[in-house]
Amino acid sequence: MAKKKTTVPFQGTAEQEAKLKALIAEYKEIPGALMPVLQQAQGIYGYLPIEVQQMIAEGLNIPLAEVYGVVTFYSQFTLNPKGKYEISVCMGTACYVKGAGDLIDRITHILGIEPGEVTPDGKFSLTNTRCIGACGLAPVMTVNDDVYGRLKAEDIDGILRKYMNEE
Amino acid sequence: MHMVRAHILVCGGTGCTSSHSQQIIEALETQLAEHGLGNEIKVIKTGCFGLCERGPIMIVYPEGVFYSRVTADDVPEIVEEHILKGRIVKRLLYQDTASHDTIQSLNKTRFYEKQHRVALRNCGVINPEDIMEYIAVDGYEALGRVLTGMTPQEVVDIIKASGLRGRGGAGFPTGMKWQFAMGDAPVKYVCCNADEGDPGAFMDRSVLEGDPHVVLEAMTIAGYAIGAHQGYIYVRAEYPIAIHRLQIAIKQSRELGFLGKDIFGSGFDFDIELRLGSGAFVCGEETALMTSIEGHRGEPRPRPPFPAVKGLFAVPTILNNVETYANIPQIILKGADWFASMGTEKSKGTKVFCLVGKINNTGLVEIPMGTTLREVVEEIGGGVPNGKKFKAAQTGGPSGGCIPAELIDTPIDYENLAAVGTMMGSGGLIVMDEDTCMVDIAKFFLEFTVDESCGKCTACRIGTKRLLEMLEKITNGEGTLELLDQMEELAYDIKANSLCALGQTAPNPVLSTMRYFRDEYIAHVVDKKCPAGVCKQLLAYKIIPEKCKGCTACARVCSVNAISGEVKKPHVIDTEKCIKCGACQLTCKFDAIVKG
Repeated sequence: MAKKKTTVPFQGTAEQEAKLKALIAEYKEIPGALMPVLQQAQGIYGYLPIEVQQMIAEGLNIPLAEVYGVVTFYSQFTLNPKGKYEISVCMGTACYVKGAGDLIDRITHILGIEPGEVTPDGKFSLTNTRCIGACGLAPVMTVNDDVYGRLKAEDIDGILRKYMNEE
Repeated sequence: MHMVRAHILVCGGTGCTSSHSQQIIEALETQLAEHGLGNEIKVIKTGCFGLCERGPIMIVYPEGVFYSRVTADDVPEIVEEHILKGRIVKRLLYQDTASHDTIQSLNKTRFYEKQHRVALRNCGVINPEDIMEYIAVDGYEALGRVLTGMTPQEVVDIIKASGLRGRGGAGFPTGMKWQFAMGDAPVKYVCCNADEGDPGAFMDRSVLEGDPHVVLEAMTIAGYAIGAHQGYIYVRAEYPIAIHRLQIAIKQSRELGFLGKDIFGSGFDFDIELRLGSGAFVCGEETALMTSIEGHRGEPRPRPPFPAVKGLFAVPTILNNVETYANIPQIILKGADWFASMGTEKSKGTKVFCLVGKINNTGLVEIPMGTTLREVVEEIGGGVPNGKKFKAAQTGGPSGGCIPAELIDTPIDYENLAAVGTMMGSGGLIVMDEDTCMVDIAKFFLEFTVDESCGKCTACRIGTKRLLEMLEKITNGEGTLELLDQMEELAYDIKANSLCALGQTAPNPVLSTMRYFRDEYIAHVVDKKCPAGVCKQLLAYKIIPEKCKGCTACARVCSVNAISGEVKKPHVIDTEKCIKCGACQLTCKFDAIVKG
């Protein structure tokens, strides 16, 4: 999956940096440390901008090119901040045959964003995710931690309106 | 010992948690406390029961009453009626999809009757977050027996004699794999592949969530057999509940000395570390998984050398799948003959499948090898919903193929599935009905493999992309008969020239659907029609004038003003303007709008 570089300027805090430094110190001697460090760094910052990759590269003594290579290889790592409400539509086989594609179409129609994009106000981001394993509820979508199952395209409008009305 | 009069088991698997089973547990605890029953009744959060379609699921023991699609609002009634007065809440009982009888016990449902639970035996039975419950069902007894009374070679011999084959996909004999790694290298590793990536499959997740200790126990046994002292479980980050329960299990196991130094006083040391995947399907391939644990891009390596010779961190390593491990302790306890008595000549034991798609009883099923597809779909699965016709079942995920309706009596085992052009895979079984377009399904799987190809070999990286473009041409109505021949040729080239199983099997969905549903491909390229009515470019919406009452509802919902007509007179759709969104068809109350 091609990854779009972010256009949002980096705004890391000193507190986040201290956490990252502690994390790197903890893992420095462990074989194969890069993956767990990246996973937890994404937990700290919410995404992995080049500035964070640079700190990890220096801390673990791994070339930045290699860090970037790993970040862009795995689909869970993101170069972009997520929207306040992160909409994920499951595109596993079970959801797909039960009409997950129609859900995406409807969301794109309403919000004007394609999967992998964020609305200009930063409120919604849309991703199509791999099977989340709730196949019994297919088709499934999640908005942050809320799970919506057995959906039809008509249900989308009401669900999105709920979040639009919230601050 | 403190005795309780009843146990209420609530499913805490991912499916039921998504439909708010945690709230049910909280409501139960509040209600029980209010009635002063907190000490008499124990609420237990278990792993997946399997019948996810009817989730959230609750079972009340000692009666074993099975309630389905429970909500937190039902809890007061359950507590007051069932727990206090002993009267079963009939409206929440499971209704058999075929006979419409209400069924009281889970084991009496047609869904469970044909099943035989070995790998899943503890799922939905014990509390996965309490090691004592695992020990109470003979947990860690096999490990004790191995460490205190068997030589490593004896362990490997039992596994070999049982005929157990890898449950992750390829079906390599497990005992043989262990034998290859038995040499005298100073450092070795035992790995567990829990990077279950096939879309529509959640077998391994259910084992990890419902019975995490069985994997730890089996890996320790494997460590003893090959002489390794460190294990890694590579689990996908998308499984937060499984990860959480594994962390708890590892901690509890260390506290009781089943992991760590001098296990069972035998002098044998073994410990396990969790490593999380980060969303790359190719990491389910064994060499790619090891490269990923080492902290690199998860690209496969050429074999030989095989991992048993040179694996993780360049030392001998064995890697088995979660479900494979889940069989090991019982093989040790009950013997190789017991295991080999189940299944077919070359495929022993049972296999867990995720039955999903157009099927009444969506869920997790474990069947003896050799059960026919018909038994799985019609009896366990309760058939295809809404009176539709069964068209095909897809197995093996993006690496597999489909079994068409005319082969529904195929017994499911490694050899028979290979013979019909698909594979066992890790156990996804996706049911499709007459509304599923097979060209579209092939396209879906190709989109997946194009995304997930790691990019190392040209045949896979570029070949799958070209193959997908050809499929897109077909579904857009630009296909020709020559294109079908070119597609087949390219498919075989990709298979022949890719390094790892991902590329070697990526064209299978195309080849398999072309083999059994060539007529559908021909309908797309010659008649420019999609018989299942899925491929949008080949559809046109039409209004049947005799049925149209001229109510104008369709014209009002059409976002591109493609529908026109006078009030109370039949309307027409301008197919040039129409964007085929289908909104008009959903709105029409008179079934006057058809696509075709």
